Amino acid sequence: MKTAVLGPADLALASVLVLASAGLSLALGLGLARTFAVAGLRTMLQLTLVGFVLRWIFAAASPWVVLAAAAVMMTAATAEIAARQERPLRGLWRHGLGGATMASATVLAVGFGYLTQLRPAVWYDPRVLVPLVGIVLGSVMSAVSVGLNGLGLAVTRERAAIEARLALGATRFEALGGPMRGAIRAGLIPILNQMSAAGLVTLPGLMTGQILAGADPQGAADVQIVTLFLLAGAGALGTVAAVYGAAWRLTDARHRLRLDRLAPPRP
Amino acid sequence: MLVIAGLRRPGFGPFDLSVPPGTCCAVTGPSGAGKSVFLRMVADLDPCEGRVTLDGIDRDAVPAPLWRRRVTYLPAETGWWAETVGAHMAAPGPGFAADRAALRLPADVLDWPVARLSTGERQRLAFLRGLAGNPRVLLLDEPTAALDPAATEAVETILRRRMAEGMAALLVSHAAEQVARLADARFPVADGRPEIPAGRETSA
Repeated sequence: MKTAVLGPADLALASVLVLASAGLSLALGLGLARTFAVAGLRTMLQLTLVGFVLRWIFAAASPWVVLAAAAVMMTAATAEIAARQERPLRGLWRHGLGGATMASATVLAVGFGYLTQLRPAVWYDPRVLVPLVGIVLGSVMSAVSVGLNGLGLAVTRERAAIEARLALGATRFEALGGPMRGAIRAGLIPILNQMSAAGLVTLPGLMTGQILAGADPQGAADVQIVTLFLLAGAGALGTVAAVYGAAWRLTDARHRLRLDRLAPPRP
Repeated sequence: MLVIAGLRRPGFGPFDLSVPPGTCCAVTGPSGAGKSVFLRMVADLDPCEGRVTLDGIDRDAVPAPLWRRRVTYLPAETGWWAETVGAHMAAPGPGFAADRAALRLPADVLDWPVARLSTGERQRLAFLRGLAGNPRVLLLDEPTAALDPAATEAVETILRRRMAEGMAALLVSHAAEQVARLADARFPVADGRPEIPAGRETSA
């Protein structure tokens, strides 16, 4: 089976859809047109660049190069999480909380994955480690972003209800229970959908890629099942840890709501 | 006895005040004077410095949730977090049904959805909810602002009975007649500070 080779004309054709989305945003006043254009450009530049870089990393086959690559991926994901927050935490927490919970969940899930047959002969084999870290990281990043953003918005919107509970003698985690559960649920809906709809509604990306590249569908399915489970575990772990950490930071030892620890809303 | 000594935060205080059990002290002053902030500081809802004790027990010696069950703040803006009224109430005590009836709220009010409550109903229910925990001190922030004269009278009657049982109250109210009816003492506040002429300071 022949792997599809796409040229500049194919890219231009697909970009019409992104431009149309940006136009729709302009027409509806969603304020997302610029973001759409920038995100589209970034997709193209980043993936093209990554193709080259991966070629180099695969050739180098050194543990330090692979670890450095993972560190760069995690740094970028940390910045993405912070950038998605409408009301991020102030100071070091802004990047620190999302980054630390995401990185820990990713390392745990990838380590778990290495207990399976996914484990390569040498642990730092870039052909396994880089895509595995990438797919787990991407999923955890989305879940943590949505969870943290949801909590930040919910505590500001529901300030009166939270303070009413605190004033009546609730502990900080009792008073924030509703917003925390809502934020965690929102963060995990995509991965749950992805698991439930896998194969029926969508062919997951990894499986699609393997099949397009000519692999046996049954083998691709097994790999996809294992990675989806890793994603689910890492997503749940990362989101719960991030939301609890944010709830802890948004309150203090005297069980007060500390909205002064949120950055002001963007203009 | 609630004793407040040197209670302050940037821009507010220091406040010194004693409220004996069974009495009501009205916190008076213009809008923006810091009356609500003062009540929030007493309830330990805003970071602040200074000492607050209840019957000789320092609030820093008890967990904050326990302190707030004893010294309960009822904000002017009522807060709701569940679908039905009943989900917001602790197990109703023995006086609950009588108080509920006095506030002209029907027996099935606990099954009502919060979304359908009027502002006045919310205010009366938040008052009931605050009393249900049997606080030693109630910090009332405009408790009858949304109520008609009959409901206002019912709230004041219930407050007087609780005070006769030993509960103390700090009252913020724009209604001068209400302050005159309820308050045993006044604590005027202006620009975030107690407005007390030198030499007449309340002892801590």
